[in-house]
Amino acid sequence: MAAAGSLFASVPRAPPVAVFQLTADFREDRDPRKVNLGVGAYRTDEGQPWVLPVVKKVEQKIANDASLNHEYLPILGLPEFRANASRIALGEDSRAIKENRVGGVQCLGGTGALRIGAEFLRRWYNGTNNTATPIYISSPSWENHNAVFVNAGFKDIRAYRYWDAAKRGLDLEGLLEDMESAPEFSIFVLHACAHNPTGTDPTLEQWKQIAAVMKRRFLFPFFDSAYQGFASGCLDRDAWAVRYFVSEGFELFCAQSFSKNFGLYNERVGNLSVVGKDADNVQRVLSQMEKIVRTIWSNPPSQGARIVATTLTCPQLFAEWKDNVKTMADRVLLMRSELRARLEALGTPGTWNHITEQIGMFSFTGLNPKQVEYMIKEKHIYLMASGRINMCGLTTKNLDYVASSIHEAVTKFQ
Amino acid sequence: MALLQPARRLLSAAAQRRLCLAPAAPRASSWWSHVEMGPPDPILGVTEAFKRDTNAKKMNLGVGAYRDDNGKPYVLNSVRKAEAQIAAKKMDKEYLPIAGLAEFNKASAELALGDTNEVIKSGRYVTVQTISGTGSLRVGGNFLQRFFKYSRDVYLPKPSWGNHTPIFRDAGMQLHAYRYYDPKTCGFDFAGALDDISKIPEQSVILFHACAHNPTGVDPRPEQWKELAAVVKKRNLFTFFDMAYQGFASGDINRDSWAVRHFIEQGINIVLSQSYAKNMGLYGERVGAFSVICKDVDEAKRVESQLKILIRPMYSNPPINGARIAATILASPDLRKEWLEEVKGMADRIIDMRNQLVANLKKEGSSHNWQHITDQIGMFCYTGLKPEQVERLTKEFSIYMTKDGRISVAGVTSGNVGYLAHAIHQVSK
Repeated sequence: MAAAGSLFASVPRAPPVAVFQLTADFREDRDPRKVNLGVGAYRTDEGQPWVLPVVKKVEQKIANDASLNHEYLPILGLPEFRANASRIALGEDSRAIKENRVGGVQCLGGTGALRIGAEFLRRWYNGTNNTATPIYISSPSWENHNAVFVNAGFKDIRAYRYWDAAKRGLDLEGLLEDMESAPEFSIFVLHACAHNPTGTDPTLEQWKQIAAVMKRRFLFPFFDSAYQGFASGCLDRDAWAVRYFVSEGFELFCAQSFSKNFGLYNERVGNLSVVGKDADNVQRVLSQMEKIVRTIWSNPPSQGARIVATTLTCPQLFAEWKDNVKTMADRVLLMRSELRARLEALGTPGTWNHITEQIGMFSFTGLNPKQVEYMIKEKHIYLMASGRINMCGLTTKNLDYVASSIHEAVTKFQ
Repeated sequence: MALLQPARRLLSAAAQRRLCLAPAAPRASSWWSHVEMGPPDPILGVTEAFKRDTNAKKMNLGVGAYRDDNGKPYVLNSVRKAEAQIAAKKMDKEYLPIAGLAEFNKASAELALGDTNEVIKSGRYVTVQTISGTGSLRVGGNFLQRFFKYSRDVYLPKPSWGNHTPIFRDAGMQLHAYRYYDPKTCGFDFAGALDDISKIPEQSVILFHACAHNPTGVDPRPEQWKELAAVVKKRNLFTFFDMAYQGFASGDINRDSWAVRHFIEQGINIVLSQSYAKNMGLYGERVGAFSVICKDVDEAKRVESQLKILIRPMYSNPPINGARIAATILASPDLRKEWLEEVKGMADRIIDMRNQLVANLKKEGSSHNWQHITDQIGMFCYTGLKPEQVERLTKEFSIYMTKDGRISVAGVTSGNVGYLAHAIHQVSK
């Protein structure tokens, strides 16, 4: 065909993904005071990315191992990775693992795990190819959740109440009401810990209430676990909700990401843990997962999985990793308490206890769009329009500037 | 509550019974009771059976991964050197952009089209990094499903790589075939291809293997490609090239991409999938690219933005390790030179094995015409053997291949080519 007209003449320009646009704008900003509180990646107190010391060590080990090559992994991924990743999520003493009713699918990051899980559910859950099963995603949630399920073919994506803007906390009543009124067999996407973007997690007691309703209404739990270890500094604590659901007899999916807790962002390391009633069910599920994987990426990338598997299977390296994770979590906790202290010292209008009560990388500051615009345009502090800030963007050097800027924004605009 | 009834109706009777439990009782059965066991992958199944075989003379001619003359996986020296260079730089692990590593994307397009190509110079293209060839085909398929409003139909050569059909189907396209392989000659059915292609509805999508056709090893000659391009233009068909073996087929990267470049020269704005699994031996690192040749830079930008919208809910952004290795090799004159020599080395060994196999078959006294073995090109060879003969090869000689008679020549070594020839002669004489 001649190049005169084009078949793609009508392809519209898609809007850029907001969080990446924010970083792009930040990069172009020449102001020396600029601070990036946008994208969710860990930063050191010098504002630098951090390759975990244990990761450096393990990469060196891998590089020196002449017996390793670049051959294809199996479709479902590196076996040692899959088994150990699931073990991390479900616990050393997991009965489900002992009963051989847990399977893992190595995926491209947490996103890949969510997508494979969604594709499977659309094909095999609640009938076959039932695109009408409602998908419930928290309001608000990570902005990509919606697209994952839409692209997997689901037609009915709904929001369940989660964030109470007025009291700056969990709207448990609304959440439970939405679960009560959801059609049976609906799928609920639950953040295992460190809810993105609010940083607000249910308490243990609240999780129990949630589980009770979900059990009674036959709702399917699809956990998104992107911050295990990173939230509280303790792997077991951050996995409490997932493990509780398993102990309550649920069949569930858990999409795990090792991007943040291993700092392996660009290696795309994720695992979809499948918990079923028994081994036979899990085997059949995994066999169908293979078919889904085969037409999306055939088999997953080996580098990141090797790093994680090597670390998790060596006691010394495992201990070192947990230590590295705690380092990151502790720095975030420190920044939270420091920011809150400054805002309270400044007498910034409003209450700021939510800064330390929230958990994980993100905080929903409560800043409104006008205030956010002021922060970006006048103060060169980049945060999401929702008022979400990445605590990792804070350093001892910029705490004062950020605190005073928030103070100004809140006092200037209501 | 409105959806409750429809949802229940879609359940099988058995599932409904299982789900109608007393509210307080734990669910006794599984959500997955009705999930069938998936069929085993035909190609991987071959490897599984091979592994179980205790015969010392066993040969695995199934999976398409290169092996050296000792039958071992081969990590290219240029790859090892690139890895060492990268390690020394001590880079961070920050997310790549959704479209991947920019240096890789540019180098990949230049490798395919030649860096002096008018398309490269004008910038009227977009290349995104993908999860090897499969990921590239899937992104391409999804892109066509969403934005190619003229047709849902994709025409594949008959036969084609087994995974093409499920990939495009899952992407929402419909599959059809055009004649390609002639079992009578074990060669290219040129007349049949032209005939079928000239009847494909206008503006359908047609997929070509750029070189080293998988599974047959049968490629059109340049004069034949010219005629194919002409009929594609005449029928106004949309061309999708799958190039998984550039350099690996003939040993010459320019020769192997000749068809791709010819189509573009003829004014056909193609889309292209590339894989570096074989030609750089980066199989498990998942290195690939998807390119769209566009009318102009503005269209390329718009297309790129939409490709990103497709990629983000699939896996967010691609893995860096393999792409960095590839980019390092392509950008370094020394490493690139060494890589080209190594690719030629792999291609030459394959060609050598083809020659030796034919020579050994003659020595065995076979009266059949085995010329197709040396006429065919790339990793695979369609031997022409029938399923019954393949079964005998496996049962009596522990030689494993797919039922269609396809062998991976990469699995042949100077140490076992004699045995292979002997076995083939036994089952075909």
